Amino acid sequence: MRIIVCAKQVPDTNEVKIDPVTGTLIREGVPSILNPDDANAIEAALELRDRYPGTTVSVISMGPPQALYMLRECLAMGADEAYLLSSRAFGGADTCATSTTLAAGVRKIGDYDIIFAGRQAIDGDTAQVGPQTAQRLGLPSVTYVSKIREIKEKTIIVERALEDGFEVIEINRPCMLTAVKELNTPRYMSIERIEEAYAKDITIWDENDVRLAPEDCGLKASPTQVFRSFTPPPKGAGEMLAGTISEMSAALVERLTAKHVI
Amino acid sequence: MAVKINEEKCKGCQKCLKSCPFDAIAIQDKLAVIGPSCTNCGACIEPDVCPFDAIEKLDEDSRGVDVTQYHDVWVFAEQRAGELMGVSVELMGEGRKLADDIGCKLCAILCGDDYAALVDELFEYGADKVYYANAPELKSYNTDAYTKVIYRAILKYKPEVVLLGATHIGRDLGPCLAVQCGTGLTADCTKLDIDPEDKKLMQTRPAFGGNLMATILCPNHRPQMSTVRPGVMQKPERVAGKKGELIELDASFADGELRMRVLETVKAMKEMVSLTDAEIIVSGGAGLGGPDGFKVIKQLADALGGVVGSSRAAVDAGWIDHSHQVGQTGTTVKPRLYVACGISGAIQHLAGMQTSDYIVAINKNENAPIFEVADYGIVGDLYKVIPAIIEAL
Repeated sequence: MRIIVCAKQVPDTNEVKIDPVTGTLIREGVPSILNPDDANAIEAALELRDRYPGTTVSVISMGPPQALYMLRECLAMGADEAYLLSSRAFGGADTCATSTTLAAGVRKIGDYDIIFAGRQAIDGDTAQVGPQTAQRLGLPSVTYVSKIREIKEKTIIVERALEDGFEVIEINRPCMLTAVKELNTPRYMSIERIEEAYAKDITIWDENDVRLAPEDCGLKASPTQVFRSFTPPPKGAGEMLAGTISEMSAALVERLTAKHVI
Repeated sequence: MAVKINEEKCKGCQKCLKSCPFDAIAIQDKLAVIGPSCTNCGACIEPDVCPFDAIEKLDEDSRGVDVTQYHDVWVFAEQRAGELMGVSVELMGEGRKLADDIGCKLCAILCGDDYAALVDELFEYGADKVYYANAPELKSYNTDAYTKVIYRAILKYKPEVVLLGATHIGRDLGPCLAVQCGTGLTADCTKLDIDPEDKKLMQTRPAFGGNLMATILCPNHRPQMSTVRPGVMQKPERVAGKKGELIELDASFADGELRMRVLETVKAMKEMVSLTDAEIIVSGGAGLGGPDGFKVIKQLADALGGVVGSSRAAVDAGWIDHSHQVGQTGTTVKPRLYVACGISGAIQHLAGMQTSDYIVAINKNENAPIFEVADYGIVGDLYKVIPAIIEAL
């Protein structure tokens, strides 16, 4: 079996701080990490390889050259090979253009049984690139996969998380599955594999390698455009209640009642 | 799509199929059709491919579509087990506002199996037209079935705007439709406006855990598509007996067209939390110190007629189930009243609750960031404060 995992390097949004004076984001010094849901996607692929000998796991990402560090991390978790789609032409891509590029890379790797991706990346939270890549490849997809029940010869049975439960879905192979964190616990990198990971070559492809015209990539191929970005207006200052605990509690109930909140 | 089939010239001879390295050309109704896996590589417009010169490369400037052909605002009326989702009703309210600003009709698109009552409900929520696809395959959500039916409808009726709720289903369907239509999609919008000058949709969404807002446009492609967070928009008044125009859609499927089957839908055995619909939420965090703290939280929630939420810290500690989690990786909520007890207020948590109408914070640490978004703050031990509040009610 051949499994391809789509992964992304993201800024660790847990570490993003706000400048208390200007109210803007402080982006400097924010570490870049493997997107958390993508780690679940890689783990899912590795677990299948553990179960089905002869399986290879390839990881593919689109990003700037520094995303190589993230791909080394994927190799150190146990992936067999890694590909980075990197070119100036890919810059400024929205999800639509990103999926075109990823799909072109996946096609070039070719001959796959399952593609995994994380449900969403923590820097954009869109959850769009996985299913969009599947559409471009003409593949069926299941998003929010929380359990893989059974791999059959022609189909896969998975559980898909809903807000208030889950669905059991049987999907034809090959297919795209996007992973949520409930799917598994990603393994750690091992010392041995970290050494191996640095010995391996990571293949870097640009638009020519994956047969895309520059105008079909990046900003030029993005239907959506950011019109403006702004810091949300701060809420008016609240009121800190004072007094003894019973005074504060009574004051709170009085104010909420006066405003018809309770 | 920068490659086009000239339908007058195409004879459906299938000679072009082999030329495509991406299997993007198919024959439908005896005509070649370029599918979404087309990469515009140009292999099919080489002179020796089509004997009838029916495949044409479009000029670069013709990217995008003729936006003047597109009209009306559509709302995807998501139903589960025959009940409309709350967010779909909210979108009927928001859709009406947008349609009035553009000066066009508000339409709902419904997929289901014998859900005629929902059609009436959508008229009562203000739909001028309801597009209804009725087939057993559409009874519950199926990515392939819903994508195919709605894509065909979009192609035929050309809506200007398509809104979906940002539920697990809307966030699955939206991306598939956007690729099929060759248009953009903005995820998780919290604000929608129409530019008064050119009538374009301005889609505003939070980024970086709500610390930054971005307004997104989709200027040259149609429809303009957004998924919208549940709990953000206002539900419209329901006007009993109101009617509109019903348009039945083609809901037939070819053999093998649906590549997935839902075998079973399981409602979680755990208590239904439904944070998104709650008017009052009382949440606990790390400051509870242990799982028993949620008993106190529950007492206050019960006294106020609300439900129990939590921060990620309490979920990660194993004190409460993930379904209660509010915040960026949990549920986004917008209740009338949000009471945060022992929650310091990490930005990921704030991102999921800061648009609540009223926020009350109870925390021992007077410097906790949660107080910055609170309307009313009480510095003190929640185990003393909560019983005092219950007493005062």
